[in-house]
Amino acid sequence: MTATAQKPKAAANGTASRTTRLLADPRLPVLVTAALFLAMYGGGLSRYTNYGFGEPQVFLNLFIDNGYLLVAAIGATFVILSGGIDLSVGSVIGFTTMFTAWLVERQGLPLVLVVPIALGVGAFGGFLMGYVIHNFEIQPFIVTLAGLFLFRGLCLVISKESISVSDPSVDTLAQTRVPLGLGELSIGALVALAVLAVAYYVLHHTRFGRRVYAIGGNEQSALLMGLPMGGTKIAVYTVSGFCSALAGLLFMLYIQSGDPLHAVGMELDAIAAVVIGGTLLTGGSGYVVGTLFGVLVLGLIKSLITFEGTLSSWWTKIATGVLLCAFILIQRTMTGRKKT
Amino acid sequence: MTTTSRLRALTRHHLFWPVAVLIGLLLVNVPFTPDFFSVKMTDGHLYGSLVSIVLFGSPLILVAVGMTLVIATGGIDLSVGAVVAITGALTCSYISDQADQSALSAVFLAMGIGLVAAVVCGLWNGFLVARMGIQPIIATLIIMVAGRGVAQLITDGQIITINSEPYKLIGGGYWLTLPFSIFVVAVVVAATMLLTRRTALGLLVESVGGNAEASRLVGIRSARIKIMVYVFCALCAGIAGLMISSNTSAADGNNAGLWIELDAILAVVIGGTALTGGRFSIGGTVLGALVIQTLTTTIYTIGVPTQTNLVFKAAVVIAVCLLQSPKFREKVFGRKTRRKVTVPAQPVAPVEPAPKTEVSR
Amino acid sequence: MAEPRPVLQMTGVVKEFPGVRALSGVDFRLFPGEIHALIGENGAGKSTLIKVLTGVHSLDGGTITLDGESVEFTSPLQAQQAGISTVYQEVNLCPNLSVAENIFIGREPTRGGRIQWKRMRKEAAELVDRLGLDIDVAAPLSSYPLAVQQLVAIVRSVGTGDRETPGSGAGQAPGSGTATKVLVLDEPTSSLDRDEVLELFRLMRQLRDDGVAILFVSHFLDQIYEICDRMTVLRNGTLVGEHLVRDLDQVGLIELMIGKALDQLEELHEHQLHSDVGETLVKAEGLGRSGKISPFDLEIKKGEVLGLAGLLGSGRTELARLLFGADHPDTGKVTIGGKQVSMSAPNDAIGAGVAFCSENRRTEGLVPDLTVRENIILALQAARGWTRPIPASQRDELVAKYIKALDIRPANPEARVGQLSGGNQQKVLLARWLITSPQLLILDEPTRGIDIGAKTEIQRLVVSLSEDGMSVLYIAAELEEVLRLSHTIGVLRDRKLVARLANGPEITTSRILETIASGEHQ
Repeated sequence: MTATAQKPKAAANGTASRTTRLLADPRLPVLVTAALFLAMYGGGLSRYTNYGFGEPQVFLNLFIDNGYLLVAAIGATFVILSGGIDLSVGSVIGFTTMFTAWLVERQGLPLVLVVPIALGVGAFGGFLMGYVIHNFEIQPFIVTLAGLFLFRGLCLVISKESISVSDPSVDTLAQTRVPLGLGELSIGALVALAVLAVAYYVLHHTRFGRRVYAIGGNEQSALLMGLPMGGTKIAVYTVSGFCSALAGLLFMLYIQSGDPLHAVGMELDAIAAVVIGGTLLTGGSGYVVGTLFGVLVLGLIKSLITFEGTLSSWWTKIATGVLLCAFILIQRTMTGRKKT
Repeated sequence: MTTTSRLRALTRHHLFWPVAVLIGLLLVNVPFTPDFFSVKMTDGHLYGSLVSIVLFGSPLILVAVGMTLVIATGGIDLSVGAVVAITGALTCSYISDQADQSALSAVFLAMGIGLVAAVVCGLWNGFLVARMGIQPIIATLIIMVAGRGVAQLITDGQIITINSEPYKLIGGGYWLTLPFSIFVVAVVVAATMLLTRRTALGLLVESVGGNAEASRLVGIRSARIKIMVYVFCALCAGIAGLMISSNTSAADGNNAGLWIELDAILAVVIGGTALTGGRFSIGGTVLGALVIQTLTTTIYTIGVPTQTNLVFKAAVVIAVCLLQSPKFREKVFGRKTRRKVTVPAQPVAPVEPAPKTEVSR
Repeated sequence: MAEPRPVLQMTGVVKEFPGVRALSGVDFRLFPGEIHALIGENGAGKSTLIKVLTGVHSLDGGTITLDGESVEFTSPLQAQQAGISTVYQEVNLCPNLSVAENIFIGREPTRGGRIQWKRMRKEAAELVDRLGLDIDVAAPLSSYPLAVQQLVAIVRSVGTGDRETPGSGAGQAPGSGTATKVLVLDEPTSSLDRDEVLELFRLMRQLRDDGVAILFVSHFLDQIYEICDRMTVLRNGTLVGEHLVRDLDQVGLIELMIGKALDQLEELHEHQLHSDVGETLVKAEGLGRSGKISPFDLEIKKGEVLGLAGLLGSGRTELARLLFGADHPDTGKVTIGGKQVSMSAPNDAIGAGVAFCSENRRTEGLVPDLTVRENIILALQAARGWTRPIPASQRDELVAKYIKALDIRPANPEARVGQLSGGNQQKVLLARWLITSPQLLILDEPTRGIDIGAKTEIQRLVVSLSEDGMSVLYIAAELEEVLRLSHTIGVLRDRKLVARLANGPEITTSRILETIASGEHQ
């Protein structure tokens, strides 16, 4: 027993705790999700290889078809890591498609101008929500719920009808494909990957990123350690608003229209991707890389169902729910073990 | 008792603000529709704005009443919209398979199947929350996501339309000159009030939501209570699902009850039940739901484009929440209640704000 | 003997809360390079003093000088920046981050905004090494036991000042620019085992030798005698003495802490303990829970008042909680009225006729939003189940009866319990359990923080209940109180039940004090 106190390292690294330590490692869920993705991909290969599933482009299409979701989910990752939640994601995406389509098509503004305006509006919306959450101590759930109503309402205020975008610059951007040897990626997919890289850098190599983890780990401690909590919290929601707006832009590029009903409920997809990617909904633990795998798993479910042909689209929702349930239960057992 | 103190007692009543908002909203309509409050009798049915507010608000009232009990235990149920969809889908698809869609026994059986499914959803939520100890918001997210898929699976992605007279009655029929759904709502609300206030359920729910540890130490089996309220909430959502599908004579797995969970939570909050749990008010919730429905109607009658409905709703949510936030009141209305920053090291009893010192000793 | 100038001096400190004067004119001084114990029972004002010092509470009177300069802090951050760091009983760190990050967060070394991970780990490792600790700074904090986390918290609080903080801005580091002058350790040892305590003490001595003034709060007297140089004793918000540790022995210290018969309860003095004690009602054999209380044997007879004496943290509450099933025992068994009771949840104990009034009225007793009536009937209602509500007439009668019997004020069953004074809240809790007619009533510090009148009434009630045949387990910090009421006195020390004394003329407070101090039954 004397060794315990003199050499705490010895105790912590002891054989008895090795399993516990492995189970408590926050990287484990990411590996589980990555393994799940590979298994599903492998399953797809063996089943649909005659239908062209093995083409590298099928894999790259996952990024092209889900780039916007990845960006939105990255924003949600920031919020969830800090211990909060953002329900306004889908509405901000829908609003951005509508807003940009309206500016470009109805107001004739050039895209170069529209993009920063749209991003600014999204970020400002996030900032406002963060401000209210922090300064008036209202639950994020309710504040972002108001945000959900507000942005969806603003969509309808702009127009009840969908606006299709035929602006040539949007068209060119949407059609552009960047060759990558084995296949090609769209601008949207590349932007999403760039956002992923930036998010990784911010979360792991800047003080702001570490503060996000600290607040999610223990808010009271973070306060007592003298960290500027309010600023961080507001910033987190601002990041989420910005990412949602960017996701909206990518979504607009992807389907080239603005519609007041675009991306209804996409906040659930984003949250599901984050949770499946191994981030704890209680905050403080998780990786943005996990979110990438979460999005890829969701995307793969969709393409597997497409390849299957006979399965209908609602199986996506059911499969997402089942995966979500599985991962929540896994997280529960992990955190339960840590506490006792 | 002086007039001022009577007035103060009135404004302090927990239903004062919901009632005031509701009356205010109703009065806003009068300049635009002078006969807003009139109720006409046509073909033996009563018609009028007030009747339609209650009629269209019925499903929301039902869901919100169930949600109230869940929130009172300190929980939340996001899955009610999905439960609405599942119940409607199951019931309609069973009825549509019958040769005689108007056969009473078949309709009752179909409704039974739908409600049993709702109860199963509630049991699942309750199990995750009370037995597995998962945060309610996360636990109920699962059915919120998967439930719509299940509903679409049942309807095979179609909108199932049915043609059943008895079934039509629940959500779209009339009885004794009034819409039948008003009676359904009245029965459910009355039953809930009886269930919570004539038995000890309400007390135990408030105790669990008000102080979980004290409730455990006093011997309350809170797991059972929690499971019960989630089941009850799902059951209310199921009845709302029957009502919605009956009103349209159709089951739409995708859109039935969409966002009703958010409206219901809003109604509960407007009705004065705190999201942190504890004291609840069924009457307040009913008023809250009526406020939301009246808001929709008002926007329509005063000629504001209907698409701004959601923007108004957002404004109401923010206003209500800000008014309920002690921080906001302190900043805006001055420092009536002094509050100290507490640090978690040790809760010190005397630091509690004690605005009502005249009561002690 | 010329003493050096104190690094910290508090003079005439006053702190008031609504209805309570938590500190009335306390003087306190702290010298560089000493370990100074702050001692007192619950409610003596220790935590209030620390909170005033560290800026959690504002000052209502008096002055604080740090290094000769008058200061007043409005936030813990300000205090940290001035060189006063605090480590609380619960570790205030982020378990999800690595040890190095926990030491450096908020002031990580950065270049161009990028955290220099390697440099941070290296510096953290050096710091940990210099303080003689062997901790892998790259591992997540949660992979270490609480004791090591405690040490890391200390490393963070002292390791901050002595290095230049690169860059500056809004996210300024606590303690940056100023070396830690005062380190406050608020009950750091309460969840550590012996070896862990030794390691902590080694670190404390090293810091003291570096010139840091350490304020050490602990309720373990042995530890105070082992590590401290000087001590300040508080009682009821006043200073009762400042002594060098070597000048005051344990018995003298305990007398200071608990106080001699400062007694206004004179009527009860004449009271004779009734001798009508019946057969054994409750029998605990080898009951224990690791880290809380060592296994103990206990018997409580029908109509007997068993008092528990011991200092704060000696295990008196823990013992009571095991008897009620509030915590799950690791070992042992309990029989009540001859039947074994499983004690896995409070329900089991309640079913067997045990009632428990917790010392934490607000967090573990009352539901503050509910009315007096609802709080009173809660236990009875919980036992009946939700389907069998107590009929309104019977309920109102019961509630009215107990409001009257216990003189609960205001005598309004509709009043919200959260608005009552402490004494009345305590009476509501008592009423709650009394209407269940328990066989054993456990009262954990029922007289704490309530006025003298209510105190007397509650003690009288205990006497009459036991005369009526109810068994009572009575926990109080004041020895006089325990001695006056109890047939038998159980003495606890260091989470052990060390003695059981049958009350009699030869049992005096000093006899109990000796037992507590020596830990032996003579």
